[in-house]
Amino acid sequence: MAQPAAHAEHQEHPIKLYLLVWGLLFILSICSYMVDYLGLHGYLRWSLILIFMILKAGLIVAIFMHMAWERLALIYAILLPPIFVLIFVAMMVSEAHYTLLTRIANFGAGP
Amino acid sequence: MHETAKTEAGTTLPPPLAPGIRGFASDWASDQRAFKNVSWGKAMMWIFLLSDTFIFGCFLLAYMTARMSTTVPWPNPSEVFALNIGGHEIPLILIAIMTFVLITSSGTMAMAVMYGYRRDRKKTAVLMLLTALLGATFVSMQAFEWTKLITEGVRPWENPWGAAQFGSTFFMITGFHGTHVTIGVIFLIIIARKVWRGDFDNERRGFFTSRKGHYEIVEITGLYWHFVDLVWVFIFAFFYLW
Repeated sequence: MAQPAAHAEHQEHPIKLYLLVWGLLFILSICSYMVDYLGLHGYLRWSLILIFMILKAGLIVAIFMHMAWERLALIYAILLPPIFVLIFVAMMVSEAHYTLLTRIANFGAGP
Repeated sequence: MHETAKTEAGTTLPPPLAPGIRGFASDWASDQRAFKNVSWGKAMMWIFLLSDTFIFGCFLLAYMTARMSTTVPWPNPSEVFALNIGGHEIPLILIAIMTFVLITSSGTMAMAVMYGYRRDRKKTAVLMLLTALLGATFVSMQAFEWTKLITEGVRPWENPWGAAQFGSTFFMITGFHGTHVTIGVIFLIIIARKVWRGDFDNERRGFFTSRKGHYEIVEITGLYWHFVDLVWVFIFAFFYLW
């Protein structure tokens, strides 16, 4: 056994924590399913979907993927770049609006 | 993995790593390696997952753009994915079950990682195989869902309910995700076999790399598996619920 004890960064956490997160993910999934089941609409629906999504994603990354115990060097390297996707989203929202307006102007049909 | 052992002994010992933002600055400003306490295998998996994030990010973006720019109403996923159980139309039920299956598989995977580091060979292998089984269940349910939609007339270029782009984005996004799950299942079975055989206790050399493996590979496999679950969280929210 060459490496074990010296390797201080082994991610070992109590089973309780995993079971807790597992339970929370279940509850959050039920909550997001209920959003659809109860037929909520509009901003309430969208904000609830996003809240449950972010909480679930956060739990998976932080606990299951052990990001919460990593050094900032890795956390920033992995979690900051996806922010650029949000900039891309903003660009594509404006592009989609433009396409929609062009379609309405040229093909007549409106939503 | 030889290198990590050496560098761990060589470079980690000198001054203790600074915490917080100062540590971030010094890690990134330092020589040779920025990820001080993370092995190359784990760092590379994380970087691969980051690139995969962009791939799925672009798919979801393409979906958003298509859905926002179409003049034809988007089919209502709540009705499209409803199943008739006992005479009742239950909205989205199959997708909900698939979500629970995938979350359960993430839970078993997390425990496999834990038992791996405790060097509990049998429990690790069994939990990994259970994870693989749940993953295979997920893929089967997806195959069922695809079959159902195809028989109902959904094609990448048309569908009976509304905007034509619905089919193409659906097949593209869930198809890529299903492929990831399938690859994950294969990956899990391969590693579970190695764990079961005791490769990481006997320091048996790998067939392909001829390096000695470590139980860390269980955690790396786990990272991939949790990522697959993570992507599903976003697909579930944006494609099925929105």
